[in-house]
Amino acid sequence: MTQDPLARQKGERPIIALDRVERRFGAVEALRGISIALHPGRALALVGESGCGKTTCARIIARMDHPSEGRLLYRGEDRTAAGSASAERAYRRDVQMVFQDPFSSLNPVYSIDHHLTRPLLLNGHAPTRGEAAGAVEALLADVGLDPAVTRRKFPHELSGGQRQRVNIARALAVRPAVLVADEPTSMLDVSIRLGILELLARIKKERDLALLYITHDIATAAHVAEEMVVMFAGQMVEWGDTRAILADPRHPYTRLLLSAVPDGERPLRRGDSTRFLKIADEVRSLSRPRAERVEQVGANHFIRPPAEAVPAAA
Amino acid sequence: MDAPLIDIRNLTVDYLLDKGAFTAVNNVSFSIGRGEIFGLAGESGCGKSTIAYAITRLSKAPAWVSGGEILFDGVDLLQMPEAKLRDIRWTRIGMVFQSAMNSLNPLMRVKDQFHDVLNRHEGFSREQSLARGEEMFRLVGIAPGRIHDYPHQFSGGMRQRIVIAICLALKPDLIIMDEPTTALDVVVQREIMEQVLDLQAQYGFSVLFITHDLHLMSQTCHRIGVMLKGQLVEVGDVSQVSRAPAHAYTRQLWDAIPHLPATARQGWFA
Repeated sequence: MTQDPLARQKGERPIIALDRVERRFGAVEALRGISIALHPGRALALVGESGCGKTTCARIIARMDHPSEGRLLYRGEDRTAAGSASAERAYRRDVQMVFQDPFSSLNPVYSIDHHLTRPLLLNGHAPTRGEAAGAVEALLADVGLDPAVTRRKFPHELSGGQRQRVNIARALAVRPAVLVADEPTSMLDVSIRLGILELLARIKKERDLALLYITHDIATAAHVAEEMVVMFAGQMVEWGDTRAILADPRHPYTRLLLSAVPDGERPLRRGDSTRFLKIADEVRSLSRPRAERVEQVGANHFIRPPAEAVPAAA
Repeated sequence: MDAPLIDIRNLTVDYLLDKGAFTAVNNVSFSIGRGEIFGLAGESGCGKSTIAYAITRLSKAPAWVSGGEILFDGVDLLQMPEAKLRDIRWTRIGMVFQSAMNSLNPLMRVKDQFHDVLNRHEGFSREQSLARGEEMFRLVGIAPGRIHDYPHQFSGGMRQRIVIAICLALKPDLIIMDEPTTALDVVVQREIMEQVLDLQAQYGFSVLFITHDLHLMSQTCHRIGVMLKGQLVEVGDVSQVSRAPAHAYTRQLWDAIPHLPATARQGWFA
């Protein structure tokens, strides 16, 4: 049994790892003992309801926030405390983010061309504007947009899905090793979500990116990520191989999440609301207390079993 | 079959723009029976919310209802004088919007918000409003004593349930729900939708349920309509629209939804 997910893959050094990270905001324990590792060419999904701490993890990894306790490791080095200006710059170049809201994350007064040329020039990936132009076209084509049409456009001329593709292209322009995508599809129409998920999965593979995919939608996690962490109330309750977890979820909260994913072939039963409300409340209250013990239930499948018994209906 | 509760006939809504009119809802007809839950699906911009606003006559310029009839219990809402409409809006047709939970007044205790609504529409005294409010809280599964709290003391899901409770307090015949759970996580979504189904069974109201989530819609509705670019391209029973969609666009919508692999669909807590 191993408590430490970092020790799991020996010989393979993660680009970024959180090691037993705690984050407190006053009396609120937003993160409790989070240990995750991001590897090149692999995606890790953080799944949980709003307020469970998944965005706090992303903010710590993007260095917009710092752990109260525990370590942030970057290519094996302890980088919990801020380093020199040049070291911070190098870190930020290596770790890029795609945000939830495609409508507010592009500057409305600049063209798409400007959004992509700037990171190329600033990071020295194109020495001249002429060379940058070629790189912009390649980036746009790579994220599935028509370079000739899209380059000259302004953000308001694009749909939400197209803007999210531009955001991904902007992140790629920096040539990062890690991409943190925080709910990249939740503000998009259902009908275009799959396209964005497929794009993320493809660039991850082609560019050997380490991808941290944050979502409240466990169904989309299955599309992108080889590994997942189910979080509740700041704690990792179940983690490991995505397929193993989905096929055989062991923690009651993971089961609760899966039970609530809308499934057209399973109509909701009338007269069931009181029962489900009670189960959901029970599962939440038994998943909330800090659980130190980690149990290995498969080759790459771990849970923090709740101290109390699981409701009989499970 | 009984006459439908609401019968929408050839409804057309235009947005009047500088460049001319944009037809957001194009000659749409459908009806909702008494006690029926009717789902309206489609992508953003397809016109489904525009229909919701047209029914309650809450459309604002530049939206313009340029044609059609909306027969509610046989009376055309579009021809009704504004003063008369006030007796129907909220009292007989309630609405719950996506961000409805944010429409609670943060400075008022929830019991006062119940009173606000019940006093205006039903002339209730404070005592009567409190009693009805507590009854509604019990119905939506919140401890009645908490009606004295302020909105910020509740979670997002509870606030959405409170809005539904306020809406139901007037015992409407039709409730329009426009993406009522989209801002909430799936567990809370299931809690709310199951509750709506149970309340519907108890009170017999009709529901117009608007969402882009076809799966959630098929779990809850009797009949489904699918909209594409302002037109209703398919209407049918839930089993037909989900198992044998007639229109190519409906099939596309189904295929586009990221769903769980079969191994993960064991039906926990079923």
